[in-house]
Amino acid sequence: MSLTQLPVLQQFVLLLAALALFLSFVLLAQARLVAAIHAFAWQGVLVSAVTLVVALAGTAHHLYFSAALTLALKGLLIPWMLHRLVRRLSLSRHTETLRWPALVIMAAVLLVIFSYWLVEPMVAQDLAFTRNIVAVSLAVVLIGLLMMVFRQQAVAQVLGFMSMENGLFLAAVSATAGMPLVVELGVAFDVLVAMVLFGVFFFQIRESIDSLDVDRLNRLTEAVEITGERPG
Amino acid sequence: MTALLLTLLAPLLGGLTLALLRPLALAGWFNLAVSLITLGGAAWLAWLVAVSGMIAGMGFRVDAFNVYLVVLTAFVGVTTSIFSRPYMRHVCSTGKISAGSLRVYHSMYQAFMLTMLVALTTDNLGVLWVAIEGATLATVLLVSLYRTPEAVEAAWKYFILCGVGIALALFGTVLTYFAAQHVIADPAAGLTWSALYERAHELNPTVMRIAFVFLLVGYGTKVGLVPMHQWLPDAHSEGPTPMSAVLSGLLLNVALYAVVRLKMLVDGSLAETATPHLAGSLLMGFGLVSFTVAGLFLHRQRDIKRMFSYSSIEHMGLMTFAFGLGGSLATFGALLHMLVHSLTKSAIFVTVGHATHLAGTQAIERIRGLIRTQPAIGWSLLFGVVAIAGFPPFGVFTSEFLLLTATMQSQPWFTVALVSGLAVAFAGLFRHLHPMVYGAAPEGQQPVQANMLPVLLHLGLVLWLGLSIPDFLATWLDRATGLITGTRLL
Repeated sequence: MSLTQLPVLQQFVLLLAALALFLSFVLLAQARLVAAIHAFAWQGVLVSAVTLVVALAGTAHHLYFSAALTLALKGLLIPWMLHRLVRRLSLSRHTETLRWPALVIMAAVLLVIFSYWLVEPMVAQDLAFTRNIVAVSLAVVLIGLLMMVFRQQAVAQVLGFMSMENGLFLAAVSATAGMPLVVELGVAFDVLVAMVLFGVFFFQIRESIDSLDVDRLNRLTEAVEITGERPG
Repeated sequence: MTALLLTLLAPLLGGLTLALLRPLALAGWFNLAVSLITLGGAAWLAWLVAVSGMIAGMGFRVDAFNVYLVVLTAFVGVTTSIFSRPYMRHVCSTGKISAGSLRVYHSMYQAFMLTMLVALTTDNLGVLWVAIEGATLATVLLVSLYRTPEAVEAAWKYFILCGVGIALALFGTVLTYFAAQHVIADPAAGLTWSALYERAHELNPTVMRIAFVFLLVGYGTKVGLVPMHQWLPDAHSEGPTPMSAVLSGLLLNVALYAVVRLKMLVDGSLAETATPHLAGSLLMGFGLVSFTVAGLFLHRQRDIKRMFSYSSIEHMGLMTFAFGLGGSLATFGALLHMLVHSLTKSAIFVTVGHATHLAGTQAIERIRGLIRTQPAIGWSLLFGVVAIAGFPPFGVFTSEFLLLTATMQSQPWFTVALVSGLAVAFAGLFRHLHPMVYGAAPEGQQPVQANMLPVLLHLGLVLWLGLSIPDFLATWLDRATGLITGTRLL
């Protein structure tokens, strides 16, 4: 079944999801923190737009609420909090030197292919729309993971974490017409608390290593001699 | 239902009150009181379940399997709060943490208990996820409580790794929900475990297979399965010791509980396909690798809390293996092992907490002569390690013996790996233990104030379970085994 035979609304959802995936690539390679936060905000807006379109197409009315929640949380609140933190940590002009940018992007491409390969068995059930959307959201999740592995800057790692959550929302909304409301609220609450805690940790990390380059957090290894006295 | 509400509301309200409670001397006692109320609620709940078989409603489901973990969680919660009251005041009085941090500690302690209990009692896979993620959030600030560079690093690692793991578990949950939508018409019921379990054979096996891999990797991160275990030794060794006790004794169990519940769904879905035991085989593989690797890592540890956290990984690996093996004997053994491991390991961490205060360090090579300086601590540590290494007459021996018998029955070749793994772990523990307990005490080492009541209680129970398992408990575990495997043992 080719994509052009899908209903227009589904095609539109796929388009928005593909743009969200594109923004994942932008996030992955964007060295400037502030620009990366903006890219993340746009990704949140896209996920919220997908939710809205699915709500318009279907009968699940709580999706309107969930679209508003996603927009408020992922499009506005979390980017704003990150922005404020970056300013307070005076990192506004911070640019991170990326290690092997070309290699990382290639790895991300491979992850997209892997996602499609993983959901390939679902094609047998004639689920052209769902298969694409699940693959795209899985790719967003995996690229978020890749970003957390390859970026050394704590704020960039948090962006990776949050874009993973975006991918999960995308999967929940478009493949299944939204999780039950109580779950969605719970997940949103967890994400919000996580963001607040990340903020606390930025300051704790900077206090302890005088930088937010998490690579320099390397005191805990297996065979290392224990030097400091610890309170137990 | 009232019992359940009591069990859940006590830590909720207690946690909120503790966040605001100013007098620090009171906070420790209040924490203990809240834990006691929770235990009362849990015991009541257990009695109701014993009478009626199952309590369900309002999105909760309490049956023989989870109520036993609820009681265990509440019980370890009480004994650890007995230990933590003087311990944390000691830490606070030495100026390592501020009064505000102590308030955070108490409040988050109850928040953690709440998330554990919600995760256990909920019937909704989504809420289960939210609660287990909530447990990470509640404990992550406690890991960094001392604010040393090591503690902050451990907490960040814990946060990031568990965050990633748990995100993968959510993806698995979404896929499960996706599979459910083709089976269950009502979208609101699509994540309800009992509804899914009734119609598990109709769930699409292809989707469930992919979903289970994500769920296993996700929740497996929290169980501490190798190779996703990296956060565990760091978080256990850098956080305050009462936290290590509840992390090891409770969090790992609850994560494993989630894996077992999901395995039951996947088994139902895959029953008619070419690979009916896929979930079990995956669990066996991950379990055996964790068991072996952790046993080897025990040998090279230099930090006492790190060492015992590797021992936790080892035991979680053994349980995961047993649940993967399936069958009523292995499952009964695994359930019993969950119980005795939690009790023994939290007793060990309590003792280790006192030992580190005594020696003023966590470095194994500088903890010496415990028996000479303070026999209570020395003997407790010795008996705790004897128990955890699986010596008779302690309960761990009983459960490990059952597990080995079950393995011998169905997969005899794995017995070799298990027995040699147990021997390696035993050697690893004792080569470090011996000098710590018997070695010459450094000059000027003074006894510390220690409350050994939790240790005595836990080790006494483990000893009792090793000598004779009381009838009601055997019936209870047997009913849980019946729920998980479909056939009873006794």
